[in-house]
Amino acid sequence: MSLDRTDVEKIAHLARLNIAEQDIQEYADNLSSILDLVDQMQAVDTQDITPMAHPMDAIQRLRLDEVTEADQRDRLQTVAPSVEAGLFQVPKVIE
Amino acid sequence: MEWEAVIGLEIHAQLATKSKIFSGASTAFGAEPNTQACAVDLALPGTLPVFNAEALRMAVLFGLAIDAEIGYTSVFDRKNYFYPDLPKGYQTSQLFHPIVGTGYVDLELEDGTVKRVGVTRAHLEEDAGKSLHEEFPSMTGIDLNRAGTPLLEIVSEPDMRSAEEAVAYVKKIHSIVTNLGICDGNMAEGSFRCDCNVSVRYKGEEAFGNRTETKNINSFRFIEKAIKGEIIRQIDILEDGGYITQETRLYDANKDETRSMRSKEEANDYRYFPCPDLLPIVIDDDYVNQLRDTLPELPDARKARFIEQYQLSDYDAMVLSAYRDLSHYFETVANTAGDAKLAANWVMGELSKLLNQNDTEINASPVSAEQLGGLLLRIKDNTITGKIAKQVFEAMWAGEGSADEVIESKGLKQVTDSGAIEAMVDDVIAANQPQVDQYVNAEPDKRGKMIGFFMGKVMQASQGKANPGQVQGLLKQKLDALANG
Amino acid sequence: MLDKTLAELAQGLATGEFSSVELTQNYLDRINAEDGKLNSFITVTPEQALAQASAADQRRAAGNADAFTGLPIAHKDIFCTQGVRTSCGSKMLDNFVSPYNATIVEHFNQAGAVSLGKTNMDEFAMGSSNESSFYGPARNPWNTDCVPGGSSGGSAASIAGGLTPAATGSDTGGSIRQPAALCGITGLKPTYGRVSRYGMIAYASSLDQAGPMTRTAEDSAMMLNVMAGFDPKDSTSLDRPVPDYTLTLNDSLKGLKIGLPKEFFSDDIDPQITIQVQNAIREFEALGATVKQISLPNTHLAIPAYYIIAPAEASSNLSRFDGVRYGYRCEDPTDLEDMYKRSRGEGFGEEVKRRIMVGTYALSEGFYDAYYKKALQIRRLIQQDYVTALSEVDIIMGPTTPHPAFKLGEKTADPVTMYMEDIFTLSLNLAGMPGISVPCGFANGLPVGLQMIGNYFAEERLLNAAHQFQQATDWHTQTPGQ
Repeated sequence: MSLDRTDVEKIAHLARLNIAEQDIQEYADNLSSILDLVDQMQAVDTQDITPMAHPMDAIQRLRLDEVTEADQRDRLQTVAPSVEAGLFQVPKVIE
Repeated sequence: MEWEAVIGLEIHAQLATKSKIFSGASTAFGAEPNTQACAVDLALPGTLPVFNAEALRMAVLFGLAIDAEIGYTSVFDRKNYFYPDLPKGYQTSQLFHPIVGTGYVDLELEDGTVKRVGVTRAHLEEDAGKSLHEEFPSMTGIDLNRAGTPLLEIVSEPDMRSAEEAVAYVKKIHSIVTNLGICDGNMAEGSFRCDCNVSVRYKGEEAFGNRTETKNINSFRFIEKAIKGEIIRQIDILEDGGYITQETRLYDANKDETRSMRSKEEANDYRYFPCPDLLPIVIDDDYVNQLRDTLPELPDARKARFIEQYQLSDYDAMVLSAYRDLSHYFETVANTAGDAKLAANWVMGELSKLLNQNDTEINASPVSAEQLGGLLLRIKDNTITGKIAKQVFEAMWAGEGSADEVIESKGLKQVTDSGAIEAMVDDVIAANQPQVDQYVNAEPDKRGKMIGFFMGKVMQASQGKANPGQVQGLLKQKLDALANG
Repeated sequence: MLDKTLAELAQGLATGEFSSVELTQNYLDRINAEDGKLNSFITVTPEQALAQASAADQRRAAGNADAFTGLPIAHKDIFCTQGVRTSCGSKMLDNFVSPYNATIVEHFNQAGAVSLGKTNMDEFAMGSSNESSFYGPARNPWNTDCVPGGSSGGSAASIAGGLTPAATGSDTGGSIRQPAALCGITGLKPTYGRVSRYGMIAYASSLDQAGPMTRTAEDSAMMLNVMAGFDPKDSTSLDRPVPDYTLTLNDSLKGLKIGLPKEFFSDDIDPQITIQVQNAIREFEALGATVKQISLPNTHLAIPAYYIIAPAEASSNLSRFDGVRYGYRCEDPTDLEDMYKRSRGEGFGEEVKRRIMVGTYALSEGFYDAYYKKALQIRRLIQQDYVTALSEVDIIMGPTTPHPAFKLGEKTADPVTMYMEDIFTLSLNLAGMPGISVPCGFANGLPVGLQMIGNYFAEERLLNAAHQFQQATDWHTQTPGQ
């Protein structure tokens, strides 16, 4: 599987990553060689095999419906890049 | 050719849990921004979700209520997209294995027919936060209090053919989730939201037309208006030879129109995959059966019971059975007063009027069901007249006490002492000689109507307290005696 | 003092030979003097360390000391530490002072441990050489021209260099075992779910597991006693009793069945490494173990499956780094999309971006079945290999890495050659089983690691075998020349 520049641009957009124009080709080459590596999988017949998303066959534990977290806004917002009136600020979004 | 609309609905019902679906933060509405967003809700690095047992119980309860297949193994998936009010950069949802599979609801249409609408699925997911665009001139503010509130997304089949059917469906789902107590149903606060998928086609055609999805509709009335408007918009475009763009639209209640949403224009690739931080949810028959046993009476069953048990009309039974709180209130009034028809009239009449006027929920009514029942008892035992009862009810609403207290303090007790009534009747006859003469000279079959004038005078003199039956009897007796001289 | 094991230091504290404050000050001085060469710490926290040491000494004086009270350790900078920068080796989190503690950090605090600081690592744990760190690579104390391995390279280098007696690490594809092997120390990746992941910044959630990095197996047992256990905050944490791992260290290895997978002894391995591993296995035979050849036929598929599953999970796990609530935000964004793309483009390094893109691609519409689903199916094949093998033998052994530590820059040009260094370690993360690497000799003057793999929850057995090996050999006591 080989990726071209357009593929890289499309993926970078989906992942919201700015990639410098001059680096696109290198990414395309690197990603292509990684995909070549993983393409070994395609030789294996896995038709009847159940995918394994977790290493253990455990099931989800349930949490009791209790409010355990008090207001921690001031502490949690100390690490925020931009806050005004308790709201996280981002450049204006037009809907 | 005649046009036909095809409508499918996605309803997002916020589940009425105390804490969030994956964290211990409160879900209460209306707190200061970000005061109910804990480390997990903010998606701080390293934080992990743990699933709320109550959200599971509520989702399964809904599945049972619509006779749906229950997902014995359901799995949370991640729906990946970037948006500032989506802290993790993905929404935890259920795509491949939802908790509730196919089910249905039956709608009673105005023409008396019943229409079955399929529910494709209902799945658990987390709500996003809120983006506030108007607070600041050049910035958008993000409040994550709502982020992580459990949602049940209920997806219908495209079975509806008119705005009226769509509203009937939404009302039905609304009454089911509120009856189950799994959602507070508050549309203004966004607890119960509806996205409408609308397309049109020529009647008789099999294929669907291109559809639009209209979001952000927060009342039954707006759902109807938005769908009607969208159907007309689409038909106009098609009749002008145009093309319907598959898109997301936003309903603007102020302008009563929908408009295209710029931010959702881009075709998304959500890259769903099973969430590795959560394990499969596995439930068994014991769990499901125990919940089935706790299933409360649902509106359809209750309506049938009201007709059977209280001999209510179809219409009264439908109105009074739709919501648990209303039904419970009605039944308490009916049992206290021992008269279901009278109770139905009062609950749907005077009570509903004051609730609406004061924008009050029934469970916040200042007059309790027992108190209203007590008032109706006083009508039935002739302590007061129906007319006085309305006056008493208003005083009770204003907090002036129970029916008996108001009747006592205002001296509204009905006068049944025949001596006192006779004196008032005699006074009225003596004071209105011209009208007495008219009565005497009238043809006997006209006299019945003319007696109303004297009734009014006597009731006025008694300030409404005289027993109307007794007054009528005495007036007739005395006037007829004069006529027959 | 600085070449002692945790167990020996615990003894010294218990007998009053030295105080925790003295011990801690010694390590802080050592870090000050030596870490300029090794770059094994991203953040050193002397005030906090001395305060903790002083509190530990008071606790001991009050008679409330635990086995771990007063012992200094370091935390890999992937674990959130309240009030202390938690960078994950990335510019993205260079300014992130965590407002909360990871569960295991909390465990160590409660045990009275002293944290010297936060160790260097590959950015977001993505790397096998520590070269992807925003803070520059840590260096191998055995040869500072060489890498210490990764991603827990700083933890391994700081222990081998005598800057801390022990450190926490995390292992997604070998990130504890591989640097342990390259730096000549002991490193254990526990069973998936044995140690809480809460507060450990996620790389690939279904593969990540925290574990101890120490000089000896006995020290790893002491560390695991503190780290292991059920955490209600982590849905993937397993609710099983935690044994005292130090109690079974001296069990006899008589009758221990060792399996040697033929796939772990191929021609691609440095012959010096093969020789050292074979010598180690003879040592086990001398201790009473029996050895048999086994096969893990799908070993060659581990790298392909891993390099889909890990990037796919990572692409989603790292979406939260968007410059909105914490972390790096670019200067003067023109609009929301510009803020996202530049914050992430500038905040993440090359290898992280590469893996995010591979994962994004593998999950995208039309490719899910061919890549992600396929990889999960292969994952099951690999797990089945281990389950089958471990029904016949108690412990699987082989080299931890195919080569000893390589030179800085040697493998950065081609990511795929770097990935191949994890060939023996990452299949275990796919299967979820525990593995330990212990020093077993040298190749060209650089340490060689022996990997031992056990069944789910076989940590006791692995630590027991490793400890017995270390009682019989002295590879683990060797330290790099000054």
